[in-house]
Amino acid sequence: MSASILSAVFASEGAATFPILPALIFVPLIGAVLIALMPKSRPELSRQMAIITGLLTGVLSIALLVEFKTGDAGFQFVVQQTWVQSLDIKFFLGVDGISLFLVVLTGILFPIALFAAKPEHSPKGYYAWLTLLMAGCMGAFLSLDLFLFFLMFEVTLVPLYMLIGKWGHGRRVYAATKFFLYTMLGSAFMLVSIVTLAVVAGAGDKGGVSFDFTKIIATHNLATSTGRWLFLGMAIAFAVKVPSFPFHTWLPDAHTEAPTAGSIDLAGILLKLGTYGFLRYGLELFPEATVWFAPVMLTLATIGVVYGGIVAAMQRNLKRLIAYSSVAHMGFALMGLFALNVEGIEGSVLQMINHGISTGALFILLGFLYTRRHTYEISQLKGIGKVAPVFAGIFTLVMLSSIGVPGLNGFVGEFLILLGTFMAHRWWAVVAATGVIIAALYLLWAYQRVFQGEPDEANKSFPDLKISEKLVMVPLIGLIIFLGIYPKPVLDRIAPSVKRVVTRLEVEVQGFHEPITRNGADLLHITESSHAMNGEHGLGVAANGQEANK
Amino acid sequence: MIASLFAQAAVTSATVDTGNVHVAGPSIDWLALLPLLILLVGALLTLTFSSFLKSRAPKGLFTWTTVAIAVGAAISALPMWARVQGWNSLMWWNLDQAHTGPFSTAGGAVGIDGFSLFITVVLCIGVVLAALLADDFLRRESMSGPEFYVLLLLSAVGGVIMAMSNDLIVLFIGLETLSIAVYVLAGMNLRRVQSQESGLKYFILGAFSSAFLLYGIAMLYGATGSTNFVDIREFMATVVPIHNGLLLLGLVLVLVGLAFKISAVPFHAWSPDVYDGAPTPATAWMAAGVKAAAVAGLVRVFMLTFSNYASTWKPIMYVLAILSMVLGAALAIVQSNVKRMLAYSSISHAGFILMAIQANSGNGITAAAFYVAVYTFMVAGSFGVATIVGRKGDGNHELSDYQGLVRSNPWLAGSFILLLLAQAGVPFTAGFFAKFLAITAAADAHAVPLALVAMVSAVISAFLYLRIIVAMFMSGGDDGVEDVPRSNRLRVPFAAGLAIGICVVVTVVYGLFPDLLLHNARAATPAAVQYERPSATGSTTAGG
Repeated sequence: MSASILSAVFASEGAATFPILPALIFVPLIGAVLIALMPKSRPELSRQMAIITGLLTGVLSIALLVEFKTGDAGFQFVVQQTWVQSLDIKFFLGVDGISLFLVVLTGILFPIALFAAKPEHSPKGYYAWLTLLMAGCMGAFLSLDLFLFFLMFEVTLVPLYMLIGKWGHGRRVYAATKFFLYTMLGSAFMLVSIVTLAVVAGAGDKGGVSFDFTKIIATHNLATSTGRWLFLGMAIAFAVKVPSFPFHTWLPDAHTEAPTAGSIDLAGILLKLGTYGFLRYGLELFPEATVWFAPVMLTLATIGVVYGGIVAAMQRNLKRLIAYSSVAHMGFALMGLFALNVEGIEGSVLQMINHGISTGALFILLGFLYTRRHTYEISQLKGIGKVAPVFAGIFTLVMLSSIGVPGLNGFVGEFLILLGTFMAHRWWAVVAATGVIIAALYLLWAYQRVFQGEPDEANKSFPDLKISEKLVMVPLIGLIIFLGIYPKPVLDRIAPSVKRVVTRLEVEVQGFHEPITRNGADLLHITESSHAMNGEHGLGVAANGQEANK
Repeated sequence: MIASLFAQAAVTSATVDTGNVHVAGPSIDWLALLPLLILLVGALLTLTFSSFLKSRAPKGLFTWTTVAIAVGAAISALPMWARVQGWNSLMWWNLDQAHTGPFSTAGGAVGIDGFSLFITVVLCIGVVLAALLADDFLRRESMSGPEFYVLLLLSAVGGVIMAMSNDLIVLFIGLETLSIAVYVLAGMNLRRVQSQESGLKYFILGAFSSAFLLYGIAMLYGATGSTNFVDIREFMATVVPIHNGLLLLGLVLVLVGLAFKISAVPFHAWSPDVYDGAPTPATAWMAAGVKAAAVAGLVRVFMLTFSNYASTWKPIMYVLAILSMVLGAALAIVQSNVKRMLAYSSISHAGFILMAIQANSGNGITAAAFYVAVYTFMVAGSFGVATIVGRKGDGNHELSDYQGLVRSNPWLAGSFILLLLAQAGVPFTAGFFAKFLAITAAADAHAVPLALVAMVSAVISAFLYLRIIVAMFMSGGDDGVEDVPRSNRLRVPFAAGLAIGICVVVTVVYGLFPDLLLHNARAATPAAVQYERPSATGSTTAGG
């Protein structure tokens, strides 16, 4: 029945140009409503419905990837529909190279999260909230109206609050409330910034209020100090979401107590809302303020990288450890953005995707672990590699990808970020590079304690992965290897939009030039050499940069 | 007002033709006063009719007559709305009006404009919701009878008078009519000592605030030479008061009187006790109706009459808004009683409305009107849930009484969650747009710090709403998985369920399609229109 409704919706929309962006939001939204209407007595129906919805959205996002015109820097598949006339609020969607892969990541990771974990009780509500979360994330990445973006950004709060608060572990209510309030506090500042910007920019008719992103970008009547204040307001919201260094304390709690699917989506998708927000609504909206704040943001990001790594190394709980590693990895993503050059920003977008894949995979594996042992405590786990070799093998691969070993996806992003930052602000890159080593330290150390040695009584009967669990990991492992060896297709699509952002920074900000240290070298040449998995090329470029700097 | 009426009479009586003196009263456009009259006559008829009843009234009779009266009053406001907005036709009814636009009648005592009609309709809706909630509640608490409904209607009469007032004295009369009825409503539950305490407390403090208001009105009269809003406005436009001590004192005292009614900090101390003690449907009315009427008073006095004197009252309003928003939200958190929590959160909401008012702009009025309308639904629905959960005796309002509600009454709990999230300002609910408009108004009026404080306090109050939501999810047991016994299931009476349902649907619909309401809220502008004396022929004319 539900499938027929969906197909009916599709048939009615299946005109000459299929509105793929609204479909990406409304398919999960309708799915969530349908799940909510399912009878409680038949929980398996809601699961099937959720999987159908998730897969359908995933397929749509892949279709978007296929249809996307590579090399076009602007927004594609644009859809506009007036919503609140008097305030020029629109249902305005569009996708460019920056948001494309985040949308695809959302489309892939959500169905995987559905397959990877089952709720311990009340499945109906669980699946309804999860699909609603998917709709919110899609909406946030796709919207080009500041108001709509804010709505979607906020809409993601309630489902995740419910997922953590109702289906989480131990101190779930505390963690959920902390998460909700932290993010909402950040958004509070953002809302004031957005409203003020809409009023001050006066991009609407006759200088009236407008929330249209493209219109606001086209106006240039923002005073310097106003722009800085507004940027600050937005930055607080995004810094909480990323989470950047002093605003990160909600994340470990939320992750530790969240159910597996909640953790996957939180780490995989929701944190990206922060860095994506910085890129789209920070760098693009407030060029002058971005350049002005860049050193501060870089410093916070660098502290995040090192501090996150050190704290992660001290953790006794595996999930907390991965949560802190997220702080470090997202610190890298933030650092790349504020290097303000093409390499850094490209690397940052790539890092967002990589982190989504690797950390998502890690949380899935931890979910498998939890269903078997009902603990995340490192001290209670020992010698699992002996009894579950496949599990240990996959864990090793994902862990290496998270560390950033060359040949796997994590390396490419972090390398580009460090390269970009090195060209912009050398010492920050030097300090942050230690973060890579620390990452190896905490992950390998944890691996050693959990997987190696002789299993004790409690861990002796640890069953290895089932076939269904292996299947869930297959797409993620495929992506980890593929993006590590051949990230060119991804970079090709990201690059034009990133160049657009950087060019705009150069045009808008007087005296700002993209911090690069090589002369007219083709960007793609560099990025290709970096992921040719050949250390020589990479080092060669870095050394080259150093020379030119002298 | 009385004085002005006599002055009118004196002027008109000058036009005597022969020896006998005609004391002609001011002409009154009865059609314009129809909502007021329907409510008033309805209340009196209900009272009279019930005293002739030999046996007990049929179940639910007074509820539905009250609903009918209020709906009738709301509908009777529509032709006036069409006239004020200058529409040519109202649905299929071709109006063919000679005069359009806002106007003043009854000797300049009453101003009919978009804002007064908007608030009138909001008040009528408040009456409908409160009456529906009261239906089963009164039977449950053995308080059946027409008194509650009559008082409800009478207080609505007072509210409508306030909303339509065009004169400080009329405003005061409206406020007193409203308040005296509500004092009795608060103390109506004779079996609960808290209710009587609440009624007495409200009465004593309310009498104080009325005295302040009246004193302020006297000062303003002394300073400006009139009590009529339009006259005062003209006076303020032409005269620059140098020794303005009297004027300032008058303004501040009027502000105190009205701020007391919307329970703005620091005039809020009564509201938690009174809200907690009063019968819950009466609390719903207090939070929705009384607040709407008081906002109408504030808008008419400050934004309409003294709008070009804004530089003096804006800072005061600014501080009141900040105090109300922050303290209302912060004090709400430490409560353990849901009714008290909602009382404190309503203080915080009052701060948001004050923020919109202090913008002193068209956007501000729109935001205030939108906020009041939306808030009526949110708060009436929330107290509606509290009415049901209060159970027999109306005493179960602790947070622990809400435990496991999600399991025992999923629909009721779901509605409550939605209404609470709307109050917290979560997107896609009407509450979000209300806050959003208020903040836009503040940002537009260069009060960005105020907007920031507002958002931070919104986060603080979000914590409060989350606390209630969390309580509903917990079953009282350990992990909230096992089922609550069926015996804990609360019976949701039809009328109350209908009221809550209306509130939920409206909250969602206006959250998704805010233009529906925003459109009207924009049209709800107050207007200062001079009363036009009827010409010598005595025909009723009104200025446009």
